[in-house]
Amino acid sequence: MTTSGSPQSLFERRPLFFDSGLSRNRGNTFFTGLAAVFAAIAVLPLVLVLFYVLVQGGRLISVRLFTDLPPAPGLEGGGIGNAIVGTIVVTLIASLIALPVGVGGGIYLAEYSSKGWFAQFVRFGNDVLAGVPSIISGVFVYGLIVATRLFAGQSYSALAGGIALSVLMLPTVIKTTDEGLKLVPNDLRLGAYGIGASRFVTITRITLPSAFTPIATGVVLAIARAAGETAPLIFTALFSPFWPEGLLNPIATMSVLIFNFAIMPYEAQNELAWAASFVLVIMILGANLLARWISRMTKK
Amino acid sequence: MTTAAREEMFTLRRRPAAEKWVDLGFRQLTLCLAAMVAIVLLAIFITVFQGGREAMGQFGLTFLTSSAWNPVKEEYGAFTAIYGTLVTSLLALLLAVPLGVGTAIFITEDLIPSALREAIGLMVELLAAIPSVVLGLWAIFVMEPAIRPVLQLLHTLLGWTPFFGTVPQGPGTAPAVLILVVMVLPIITAIARDALNQVPVELRQGAYGIGTTRWGAILNIILPAAISSIMGGVMLALGRAMGETMAVTMIIGNALNFSPSLLAPGNTIASMLANQFGEADGIQVSALMYAALILMLLTFSVNVLAQWVVRRLSLRY
Amino acid sequence: MSLQNVTISYGKFEAVKNVFMELPRGKVTAFIGPSGCGKSTVLRSLNRMNDLIPGCTLKGRVVFDGQDLYDRRIDPVEVRRRIGMVFQKPNPFPKTIYENIAFGARINGFKGDMDELVERSLRKAAVWDECKDKLQESGFALSGGQQQRLCIARAIATEPEVILMDEPCSALDPISTLKVEETMHELKRSYTIIIVTHNMQQAVRVADMTAFFNAEAVDGGTGKVGYLVEFSETERIFNSPDQQATLDYVSGRFG
Repeated sequence: MTTSGSPQSLFERRPLFFDSGLSRNRGNTFFTGLAAVFAAIAVLPLVLVLFYVLVQGGRLISVRLFTDLPPAPGLEGGGIGNAIVGTIVVTLIASLIALPVGVGGGIYLAEYSSKGWFAQFVRFGNDVLAGVPSIISGVFVYGLIVATRLFAGQSYSALAGGIALSVLMLPTVIKTTDEGLKLVPNDLRLGAYGIGASRFVTITRITLPSAFTPIATGVVLAIARAAGETAPLIFTALFSPFWPEGLLNPIATMSVLIFNFAIMPYEAQNELAWAASFVLVIMILGANLLARWISRMTKK
Repeated sequence: MTTAAREEMFTLRRRPAAEKWVDLGFRQLTLCLAAMVAIVLLAIFITVFQGGREAMGQFGLTFLTSSAWNPVKEEYGAFTAIYGTLVTSLLALLLAVPLGVGTAIFITEDLIPSALREAIGLMVELLAAIPSVVLGLWAIFVMEPAIRPVLQLLHTLLGWTPFFGTVPQGPGTAPAVLILVVMVLPIITAIARDALNQVPVELRQGAYGIGTTRWGAILNIILPAAISSIMGGVMLALGRAMGETMAVTMIIGNALNFSPSLLAPGNTIASMLANQFGEADGIQVSALMYAALILMLLTFSVNVLAQWVVRRLSLRY
Repeated sequence: MSLQNVTISYGKFEAVKNVFMELPRGKVTAFIGPSGCGKSTVLRSLNRMNDLIPGCTLKGRVVFDGQDLYDRRIDPVEVRRRIGMVFQKPNPFPKTIYENIAFGARINGFKGDMDELVERSLRKAAVWDECKDKLQESGFALSGGQQQRLCIARAIATEPEVILMDEPCSALDPISTLKVEETMHELKRSYTIIIVTHNMQQAVRVADMTAFFNAEAVDGGTGKVGYLVEFSETERIFNSPDQQATLDYVSGRFG
């Protein structure tokens, strides 16, 4: 088939063959190459960070690392047992506060008042809270609890650290709950109301269970993120070279340990910082992969 | 069957009062929990504002322009930290936006097999999960020594400009910018990827249907259609970069005196807080709270602007 | 343009198989048939739009201008510049009306007067009067029917030799449909048009030639496989088809 009656002069007609010398095809190759280079650069830091953390931290892994206290400055050996326990304790406190509040608030947003002015306001506030720098939540808890010695006259404490972390977790938990519940088809709610179930029963027995996967995924990610946070803990939970002494005393955490030990001029401390990074990264990446696995398993 | 007989079979047909109370109580409970967000937000603002009042009264607006930070003489000005916050975050975005958007295009536009696309996407997401403090550790011991020759070269070539006027000697603003790039890259990539995925397939087909090349379609049709969400993501990343603390604190050098050079140690509001808060007392705490308030207002305006940008620029398609 | 023993598969599943066809130049050809018979797939294969669907492969030959379009050396971009396409849903670009037209022409290396080309294309697509005063507004400011005619104008601005239309009226109301059909009558003087439609009346109204596709389940396969039942003058297809299946379909007994 050749050209029909239309005027041809205005466009160049080339053969249909691919011509890699055309400027558009050269441009295509150039941009594809550029994007590939950018993607390689984006992936490079993860590879390098993981490599160093695994190599530098991995060679220090031993039983003593988990059971011993960090050495005094200038001494060798030791472990990060207290910091591991501390991270678990502080993260647990944060979860115990942020999960009920966040899930409850998310339920209100999604189930009771999804378009009312108050819900819009809370959603906006939640986005603002999510954007508050993590160090600010430390400053906040310092001003509210530590400086005022609110808890039994104690200043720095594990509890204060947990509260500071929960401020960071809250927006994520609310958002995942809100959005997870919104994914539940409305027919399901109507069906429950249709057989005379109350709102409470509908939410607790029908909608919340069907939104379990997205909420659980989000919660696992939020906990993992909190476990690695440092800034809110530096002057709330502080640090301690000893085993945890209750919730009202300063406590060691892995993240603060990494920060403190990284800038010390002692090699033993630097090495423990790498070891703590190893443990922390394995825990966090494990939680991330777990969350991914949860959501993939239930999709099938 | 009589009504009475039916009621015997369904004992709960008349809702007991308790059930109504549970229903109502649950609603009020969730309402209170939702209100916690507003309360916490307000409490943060009040606490920081109250804490900073003394310094506000004493230093006023010169706090923003003065670069004196002298705990001995009790003179405080946050210019060095404000300058550092703005410069590090803006420079980091300048580098991270092309990288992030380019990566997002690379993993959405069918340029490579889908298994590879997903692998790259997963790796970028996992990068976002690495704690800031671990990146800081890596920056101190691995990244900074590795890039020092490059910075040295920059100094040799561009040393006549104030921005590269000092000899790189370890921690400084430039390494902090680079570690910030690593930290905001995943945010920009993730948001740009979602935005590109949401561009309707019809639009792509339309572009290919009139004979555009792949990159013709990407640059002229697909990117403009996704630009509002991408811009929103960039603004969010800017807010994150401004408030980012640990990695920056560990590598920026925490200088108390001002230097315009990117190769010299600098400071940001967040790292100043992280460094000094624990040991400060008296008016210094108040000055730090004042600085924290400035940081909050900065991130707040950037985040609100982000939401506005998304609404303002959003194109219907 | 001709199809020689064309079989198109998505992954392992054959969507349509063994199609032979000789599409006449300067005429309107309609593809009709029940859904899932592969008529859109065949249409998309004519300008290699199927390349964009992962896993889609084609066996056989599609010959255009003496060339097998699936030859390894062929540049699909070049093919699409000469065989334009209008889609089921109107899909104006997120640009002004003027730019919607000008963009295609520009990437095709247009060297003439752009204003004149935009006006001529919009006139040909019978949408000029409705949008001549708002050329600088977004393409989305138009109604659905106007948007579809804008997309037709966009396709003809690049002066392709063939225009493929994939159910161009399915998302439109009857009045817009009528206008688009008028546009097609106008266009057939200068272009070869191939249109997929699920509306048999539309085929009767606009097409000179009609191809009837059908689908049947095959042994061992999970889905249905489409095939070409009959291809001839529209009048013949609708009044005295050779095949019983065609008669059943056009008289509304199935599909």
